[in-house]
Amino acid sequence: MRYSIFSLARQALHRHRGWGPAWRDAEPAEAGYDVVIVGGGGHGLATAYYLARVHGLTRVAVIEKGWIGGGNAGRNTTIIRSNYGLPGNEPFYEFSMKLWEGLERELNYNAMVSQRGVLNLYHSDPQRDAYARRGNAMRLHGADAELLDRDGVRAMVPFLDFENARFPVQGGLLQRRGGTARHDAVVWGYARAASALGVDIIQNCELTGFLTDASGAVTGVETTRGPIRAGKVGLAVAGNSSRAVALAGLTLPIESHVLQAFVSEGLKPVIPGVVTFGAGHFYISQSDKGGLVFGGDIDGYNSYAQRGNLPVVEDVCEGGMAVMPMIGRARILRSWGGIADMSMDGSPIIDASPLPGLWLNAGWCYGGFKATPASGYCFAHLLATETPHETATAFRLDRFRTGRLIDEKGVGAQPNLH
Amino acid sequence: MRIPCPFCGSRDSREFVHRGDAGPARPADGADAEAMFDYVYQRANPAGLIREHWYHAQGCRNWIVVERDTRSHAVSGGAWPGPAR
Repeated sequence: MRYSIFSLARQALHRHRGWGPAWRDAEPAEAGYDVVIVGGGGHGLATAYYLARVHGLTRVAVIEKGWIGGGNAGRNTTIIRSNYGLPGNEPFYEFSMKLWEGLERELNYNAMVSQRGVLNLYHSDPQRDAYARRGNAMRLHGADAELLDRDGVRAMVPFLDFENARFPVQGGLLQRRGGTARHDAVVWGYARAASALGVDIIQNCELTGFLTDASGAVTGVETTRGPIRAGKVGLAVAGNSSRAVALAGLTLPIESHVLQAFVSEGLKPVIPGVVTFGAGHFYISQSDKGGLVFGGDIDGYNSYAQRGNLPVVEDVCEGGMAVMPMIGRARILRSWGGIADMSMDGSPIIDASPLPGLWLNAGWCYGGFKATPASGYCFAHLLATETPHETATAFRLDRFRTGRLIDEKGVGAQPNLH
Repeated sequence: MRIPCPFCGSRDSREFVHRGDAGPARPADGADAEAMFDYVYQRANPAGLIREHWYHAQGCRNWIVVERDTRSHAVSGGAWPGPAR
């Protein structure tokens, strides 16, 4: 059913009894598939959607060990932006931003994309220069960026602690097209659109191994719901990438780390857009329900636990209090942790694996949400054409071997510093 | 988390710096690029027990090897790196 003001009015007249499920909960097909995507999060479902929509492949399945959107797609802070500095990254994230801008029309689904702006604060002259450089790099790649002085920031967010003795707010780098999107709606929108094009979404179906032929090529997956044959298998399993490829005897340049996030009780609208603290790691936005959604650094040690520890809770709250003391009166309602696949240079991998038939979409670190549309688009392009999409040519697995790293932060092969 | 430092005893994890998996061993001088690639970049990244290097920066300033479960954060051991002493 197409969603519109007319379908809404029609359903309202019939007491909303006619709404069907948004997507089909499928069984694994005996005949197998052209492509099986492992991982029913945003990236996996977007990949399946673009495989069907752009490349005409409809014998596609997405298998998910739990329920769709129950992993990192439900554990992020919903920020969308394309404010990267390096040539390998920025065209990709800007492509993603453009896809976000047309997403709701494309999917006929309200993903609540809200371009309220992303403001990165700077607190010193050298930091202003670094942000100016990044803003210029963004503009060279067709993204928008504005360097605000202190008065410009004050007009937007007057409640900051501008005169903080250690970290006075000097200005900020603003991307007006950045903002937030509704994480669950992104998952459901892609699932609905993919399902309508014939993609099978198979839940409660955990990967337990790979089917291989005599040459060692991957020809399908073993799952808790039986073997499923596939022409190609694409992995989009975020923090579990290392565990998934270990089933095929592979190792990745990835460590899994826990990233915590927090939400406060609901408040009246107060934070316009996304604001990030430049002297510590703290970022905040306000959800449509009114909760302040905020976070900071990863905990810094390998983890699959989906929960973090108190030192980072303290650090995040201290960062928040340093930049906007007014939030000290708000109570934290919930906190949670997601498992981020931290690559060794802080950038993702969309590439073939060393095994024929097995393809990788991994290493998103703590920044995968904003990449969802482009990640799906580029992974689908790779799976369908076996050549990388023009915006994702740098995300190669062999860059660690060849030295062509994409290290935005310039800290080297130490995941807990990215 | 509390980290059992073999010199200082059980201490709060925030006194320590986490370096990462203690498994990879630095290749001998003159090893080929492939061995260095494995050492610098490739990680087993286990879901379960891991032995890792922690540095007691705000304590005795020793490097130690901690055994920990990445699924629960339960710490089961702390020892000196290298041969037993």
